[in-house]
Amino acid sequence: MRILILLLSFFAATATAGENQIFLKDRPGKTQVATQCSICHSLDYITQHAAILDRAGWKKTVGKMINSMGAPINDADKQIIIDYLAQNYGK
Amino acid sequence: MVDRRHFIKNIAGGLAALGGLSLLQRSDLAAATGMGESLVMDALPGKEALIKKTFRPPNYETPVSVFDAPFTPNKLFFVRYHNAVIPEAKISEWRLSIGGDAVHAPFELTLEQLRKDFEQVEIAALCLCSGNRRGLFEPPAPGLQWGSGAMGNALWRGVRLKDVLAKGEIDPSALEVSLAGADSGVLPTTPNFVKSLPLTKALDENTLIAFEMNGEPLPHWNGYPARLIVPGWTATYWLKHLTAINVISKPFDGFWMKTAYRIPKDRFPSGQFSSQETETHMPITEIIVNSLITNLADGQTLLHTQPIEIKGVAWDGGDGIARVEVSTDGGNSWQQAKLKQDYGRFSWRQWQFVFEPQHPGQYRIMARATSHSGATQPLEPIPNPSGYQHNAVQKITVNVA
Repeated sequence: MRILILLLSFFAATATAGENQIFLKDRPGKTQVATQCSICHSLDYITQHAAILDRAGWKKTVGKMINSMGAPINDADKQIIIDYLAQNYGK
Repeated sequence: MVDRRHFIKNIAGGLAALGGLSLLQRSDLAAATGMGESLVMDALPGKEALIKKTFRPPNYETPVSVFDAPFTPNKLFFVRYHNAVIPEAKISEWRLSIGGDAVHAPFELTLEQLRKDFEQVEIAALCLCSGNRRGLFEPPAPGLQWGSGAMGNALWRGVRLKDVLAKGEIDPSALEVSLAGADSGVLPTTPNFVKSLPLTKALDENTLIAFEMNGEPLPHWNGYPARLIVPGWTATYWLKHLTAINVISKPFDGFWMKTAYRIPKDRFPSGQFSSQETETHMPITEIIVNSLITNLADGQTLLHTQPIEIKGVAWDGGDGIARVEVSTDGGNSWQQAKLKQDYGRFSWRQWQFVFEPQHPGQYRIMARATSHSGATQPLEPIPNPSGYQHNAVQKITVNVA
């Protein structure tokens, strides 16, 4: 776990100038979304899908990230991330 | 839990990403009026400012006004990646390996060998992202919300894939040719972007391993030092930063063939890639007939005291463009546009039309291309879950004052 935290802080420290200007809505779950999703991609992937995906769509997308793209997200965080995306960036 | 092997790969990926990121920090945010869904112009290192769709992996589209030129400049050519770790190639270390279970004599090539050991050819061809114009689908389709700029026309110089494969002595059991590149995901668990082609398309004389684009080495962001060119097929097969080509006797079953880039069989022409087809679905393959108005914007105001020049491009998967018709009355009547120079059947074709409005008012301008095989554009895009192949007739409203 310590290594994971180290890694997350490493990736957070390497975010690009452009990426640093993408602000997700400051609501519960943002920390899990921002740290885990941004390991592999910038967060404009999320803002670009605002109002395009409904809850079922976000659930499918997060499932794809875990099952097809190999994102190491545990079940508890998975639910937090789906809730956050559906509530704040849902259709 | 992260084990040691993952940790090492993570750090390696992170460092590779860091190389790209530190370059990115020099990039310039120009026309940003805020982030989120507003228009963001941004320049990747070595590129001019393009329309940023996502920063990482980098996905950038070309402003439509650039398409007024027959060939899209390298520095303005669109950028599309699935994975974020994009190492800069070192030519002294770069090798292209040719192998697979249906090759008798696997071998490796340096870039110099690739350039010198095979006949070089040059071809003009449109590189078109399968999801170009996805953002125009209604209802919206998930995926990068591309406008009309995920495409570009270029002169590609390289060698024929069939000549390179022949050196490896292909076995009669060969079914597909798989293609891998140097880019990868950040995590070791993320699948690499690997694609395959049916053997017939791989052996087509127009399918090239290209190392030059518009007379210059490929830009880093467009596949340096070598990428595949599959004229007539969408850009998902135009694999960048090529490192391995395998001739295989079984259908390639990776995520990017079996799950992604697939379309329903009942709505598009099938049979191009039978080893990857199921009863209901198939991989996207050929580019379908399409056109774009490049010099007018929706809602633009023009003066009726002078003729209005309407310019655009038209293309298809290789039959060639027979005609482009323009309507200035919302589709009630159509007139033929003038086709400009023909650079070959895989290049887009520029066209031009002069419109002389008789009175001020609102005009609905449309363009419709027809190929030599008689295929033409529909009024509405063909619905499909991932938003591919948007080729609906474009409708632009201009105000003539």
